[in-house]
Amino acid sequence: MIQFEKFQLDNGLKVLVHQDASTPMAVVNVLYNVGAKDEDPNKTGFAHLFEHLMFGGSINIPVYDEPLQRAGGENNAYTTNDLTNYYCQIPAENIETAFWLESDRMLSLAFSKKSLEVQRKVVCEEFKEHYINKPYGDVWHKMRSLAYTKHPYRWMTIGASLSHVEDATMQDVKDFFFQFYRPNNAILVVTGNVQIDQVKALSEKWFGPIEAGTPYVRNLPKEPVQEKSRTMDVRADVPLDMLMMTWHMGGRFDEGYHATDLITEVLGGGTSARLYEQLIKVKQIFSSIDCYHFGTVDPGLLVIEGKLVKGISMTVAEKAVLEEVEKMKNEILDAKEVQKVINKTESVICFEDMSIMNRAHSLAFYELLGDADLMNKELSLYQKVTPAMIQQTAQQIFQDNNRNTLYYYSKS
Amino acid sequence: MAVDRILAPIIKDAIDFDIQLKPYQKFTLDNGVEVYAYEGGSQEVLLVDMVFDAGNTYEGKNWVAAATNFLLKNGTSTKSSFEITDAFEFYGAHLNRTCTNETATVTLHCLTKHFEEVIPLMGEIISDATFPEKEIAILKQNQIQRLLLNLKKGDFIANRLIDEYLFGFEHPYGKYSLEQDYKNINREDLVAFYEQFYKQGKCVIFIAGKFPSNIQALLNKHIGQLALNKKEIKEQIHPIVSAVQKKYSIVNDAASVQGSIRLARPFPNRHHPDFPAAQVLNNIFGGFFGSRLMSNIREDKGYTYGIHSYLQNYKHAGAWMVSTDAGKDVCKATIEEVYKEMKKLRETLVEADELKLVKNYMLGALLGDLDGPFQIISRWKSYLLNDLNEEYFYRTIQVVREVQPEQILALANTYLKEEDFYELVVY
Repeated sequence: MIQFEKFQLDNGLKVLVHQDASTPMAVVNVLYNVGAKDEDPNKTGFAHLFEHLMFGGSINIPVYDEPLQRAGGENNAYTTNDLTNYYCQIPAENIETAFWLESDRMLSLAFSKKSLEVQRKVVCEEFKEHYINKPYGDVWHKMRSLAYTKHPYRWMTIGASLSHVEDATMQDVKDFFFQFYRPNNAILVVTGNVQIDQVKALSEKWFGPIEAGTPYVRNLPKEPVQEKSRTMDVRADVPLDMLMMTWHMGGRFDEGYHATDLITEVLGGGTSARLYEQLIKVKQIFSSIDCYHFGTVDPGLLVIEGKLVKGISMTVAEKAVLEEVEKMKNEILDAKEVQKVINKTESVICFEDMSIMNRAHSLAFYELLGDADLMNKELSLYQKVTPAMIQQTAQQIFQDNNRNTLYYYSKS
Repeated sequence: MAVDRILAPIIKDAIDFDIQLKPYQKFTLDNGVEVYAYEGGSQEVLLVDMVFDAGNTYEGKNWVAAATNFLLKNGTSTKSSFEITDAFEFYGAHLNRTCTNETATVTLHCLTKHFEEVIPLMGEIISDATFPEKEIAILKQNQIQRLLLNLKKGDFIANRLIDEYLFGFEHPYGKYSLEQDYKNINREDLVAFYEQFYKQGKCVIFIAGKFPSNIQALLNKHIGQLALNKKEIKEQIHPIVSAVQKKYSIVNDAASVQGSIRLARPFPNRHHPDFPAAQVLNNIFGGFFGSRLMSNIREDKGYTYGIHSYLQNYKHAGAWMVSTDAGKDVCKATIEEVYKEMKKLRETLVEADELKLVKNYMLGALLGDLDGPFQIISRWKSYLLNDLNEEYFYRTIQVVREVQPEQILALANTYLKEEDFYELVVY
């Protein structure tokens, strides 16, 4: 049970505080309610590029990192399709430094030309390192554009194309900032060795004076129900054939979400999961195989992907995966297998909650979903999932017309 | 009144923090196996790390140590591979294996309430593993496929080659497995290695987290009666044979858009008196986000997504390494900039302000690194396995606090000399 207090400033900034006196550290986490899905289809990769620019100096502070490091702190950030999250860990005694830094960059960036020029290059190198110069690096690029036709999950956070990042202008940067990086579009979470009153006073002092922005009303195109199975062939200079299948699944608010999560556990969670045991060990069709989903806020994708053992044909591999999928639909799980995946989930939650950093991330994310206290209710929602619910959810998801398949062939 | 946003809030310098390494508890099982324990944390979880003298320094044939370690849980005389894994995973427990140069580890993470159910299995796999032929065949097949995939990656090739240049292919720190090594392994190799280095091997245990009240009795029952720590295992000493040629450029993939750059020189292990101050120098040079390499090559020039330098501290020897992936057309310029930064460190005293920032950053990060029971035991483990103790911890802190620009300059002149570095680019 993670205890916390919550209050809101007049400018709309939500603040959550979780105390833990056993640590000498504190974490200051600022989540902005903007992700790659909020981008203009012609200017993709922007939320992520922006994350880089947030370290390029703010209106009153030329360099973000230096004063933080001087205070013994460390920081990082990440961008997903749904959100952007900034966090620093710092000795609790120096926590005001984090408030000063985070509030100044929420007030306004410096909008330095040099920073934009350099970070465009850095992101292009990141793009190359992770998505071009790496075998199978383009697989998600291709799968997203196959599985989504309307919803902005159809591009990756790094961007649909290098040119979108290369073409970013200073005006684009300013518009993006003042639209999304406002206190009423953010959640501040403070965890660690802090006092509630202290956090209240610091929040008012540093974040209170920042003006609210125009409220952002998200109105994203819905992905239409897929009506026909889609496939794509790729041939590339990779050593092994790879098969990737995805099926549309519900979003974070869908009533089948927890059952879906457990389906991916039954099929792909660990080396006693079904796909590993049947397709790697017993039938030896794949040399590696995974089943997972991204837990996206909007309706997402359930994924099965694996690399084929040399000499096995794509047809045989596909059939073998579909047999396992059919089993999920046709046979009800025994109680022990359900208990196992629930136990595993309990364990994952307990280990995740060990650090004040993870607790801060979770509080911010669940608050974004509507209520931070949901993080304390998660386990009970998993415990309510029955074998029948798993079967029913599997039947809804694993339909042929709902499937996208990528056949990634080795040229050699 | 408007808040002053120009002036930084007053801070307490991390160099003034009182940083303590909390002590471990220690007990010994009936068979002489020592258990180092740190109890604490907010969650009802724990970890058990069994460390064996079973690293690749002890193997006769390449890959035997790693394969033995990996297959420990793939079958005992009464349970199949699936049954073992399923039994751990049913309780939400994780059993990980890792094999390094000197040691090999079996690590259990589990909920405190399930410890009693899973610890017998841990005892079983280290006393009764059977290494079924079928499991070996599957591992070989998948390992070869993984290698084929990795050989496409420039960074993978670069990491292997730079270690080979530093230590020589015959040394455990420099060797790596080829496809033929995987094919050459047979069941007898694994069984023999297992008998000597696990079943009758030398073991030490580290535990941390929330303990069940009878943890000592449970460990004694399931681990303390095994035939461990009976025989002497002689430490293996391998000569280091560094490469003569210093500069290498390799084309692994003609279509590559980046090059994997590695610059490295040999460096002593943590017992060398220069080590703590060299860590400060390393941080200034390329050891954290605010370092000179990162500021110059990423934040000023945008040549790379990231560039890092670090001291690789193996038990008997080490290396000072600079590692980055940079755009193909700027690899040469990147290397030149790295050398320029070395030169600057050799010729110009570091400013007091920069040095203080680095010291504060290092000690603040250290405070964060010691936050939590797993982190504390992991620190102890790293010391004890390398014949270090808390004296090293406190001496390092003292050196970080007190080191002066003149010492940093002197160290740079000893260690950061262009001609001492191996230089490798893999495209």
